[in-house]
Amino acid sequence: MYSEKVMDHFMNPRNVGEIPEADGVGTVGNPVCGDLMTVYIKVKDNRLEDVKFKTFGCGAAIATSSMTTELAKGKTIEEALRITRGDVADSLGGLPPIKMHCSNLAADALHSAIKDYLKKKEAKK
Amino acid sequence: MDHAAGMPVDPRVFEAMKPYSMESYGNPSSSHSFGASAKNALMESREKVARLIGAEKPKEVIFTSGGTESNNLAIKGVAYRNKDKGNHIIATAIEHISVINICKHLQKQGFEITYIPVDKQGMVDPEKLKDAITDKTILISVMYANGEIGTIQRIKEIGKIARENQIYFHVDAVAAAGKVPINVEEENIDLLSISSNDMYGPKGMGALYIKKGTRIQPVIQGGGQESGLRSGTENTPGIVGMGQAAEIAQEEMETEGRRLSQLRDKLTKGVLDTIERSYLNGHPTKRLPNNANLRFSYIEGESLILGLDMLGIQVSSGSACTSKTLEPSHVLLAIGLAHEEAHGSLVFTMGKQNSEEDVNYVLEVLPGVVKRLRAMSPLTPKEMLR
Repeated sequence: MYSEKVMDHFMNPRNVGEIPEADGVGTVGNPVCGDLMTVYIKVKDNRLEDVKFKTFGCGAAIATSSMTTELAKGKTIEEALRITRGDVADSLGGLPPIKMHCSNLAADALHSAIKDYLKKKEAKK
Repeated sequence: MDHAAGMPVDPRVFEAMKPYSMESYGNPSSSHSFGASAKNALMESREKVARLIGAEKPKEVIFTSGGTESNNLAIKGVAYRNKDKGNHIIATAIEHISVINICKHLQKQGFEITYIPVDKQGMVDPEKLKDAITDKTILISVMYANGEIGTIQRIKEIGKIARENQIYFHVDAVAAAGKVPINVEEENIDLLSISSNDMYGPKGMGALYIKKGTRIQPVIQGGGQESGLRSGTENTPGIVGMGQAAEIAQEEMETEGRRLSQLRDKLTKGVLDTIERSYLNGHPTKRLPNNANLRFSYIEGESLILGLDMLGIQVSSGSACTSKTLEPSHVLLAIGLAHEEAHGSLVFTMGKQNSEEDVNYVLEVLPGVVKRLRAMSPLTPKEMLR
């Protein structure tokens, strides 16, 4: 059902965990639906110096979270905001159609973390 | 360990079927000797299935294409034939999806359905069922055992209520037949659905027991085979295979049942003892000998399945993420689990292919799979990760 890349990211997820003093945190999903993910970012000189995630969900939810952090790490804020769900799925060699909506939320969680960071930055000014 | 999803055909069953495809290929309805041999084979199979379920007369067994068709014939056949008497049907909230969808179909045609809730262990309260009876009730449908959570109902008691109220009693025994003793006479059952594949017989075969005198009409019209209740040329090899499977199941039920329940209990105890925040779904004792449905907090079933699959263990889950509808199992919701709890359930259904070694292997690797997923989950309390 899943591509080899999805299975690789599921079995060996990259960047799992929390960033204790994260600059931005974003959570999307709902445990009731079976998917919940939180993305943490650390920003330095407008770049995502570190990105980590924690996910409750199916294989696709974990693999897309892992791939999203990998795509985002090292990118500028502007570049990271342009990462879409489609990019994540493509980078994983595709997802089963039924998983495209419910379990492919990690890009949204990333965007939400960036917005959190931008909001905090604005507040500090 | 996913025998509920599909079982291999017993080699002895396969051997018994072979001649009926290649040599004795006659049509049981023909008058010549070729037909006669097929007809005899059918009769013997009918006797074997009747013996397995304690039916008095082999003629009360009608062969079908499987459990789903048996449920269709039983429920629609009785509903349509008896609508002059009433339009009310009682079923339970944890029936197999085939029964639920048949009821929904009938509902659109003017029948009224009452679904009786179950308790936390999946048991139907016969008193609640009794209270739901009206003067319009024509059929009560209760599954013998639930294939997902394993709970076995008090069928005899419910059957008694049905009989006292002169209401037909249908039992979906697909998950139970061949695994636990069933006696349609003693348990007051009027109609009983069984499937061949769930007892190591060929796929595409099932049977419906219909007590003599039951008012029922066919759902498949045609040449009038199977006492007019299931037209279409008989699937002789399939029927022979099912008969053989029924005979073997009956002979081996006690020893195999004991062996499987020991494995089930070892697996359950091992998991509950070693993995914190793990729970057994369903009834602790009144359950199918081969079924262990276990629940793990903070993680999701499909990722558990994948993790175990990578280690060579095949199981299934009640999680939405493994279903076509994206809804968690209606059975797990009916026993009162929250959605997020239902997502974290695993169903182990063991069979002849499983040994104590398999259970030991699961107990060896499952804690690691659970731990890994919990470490990743934002729901896991921090103190558990230390």
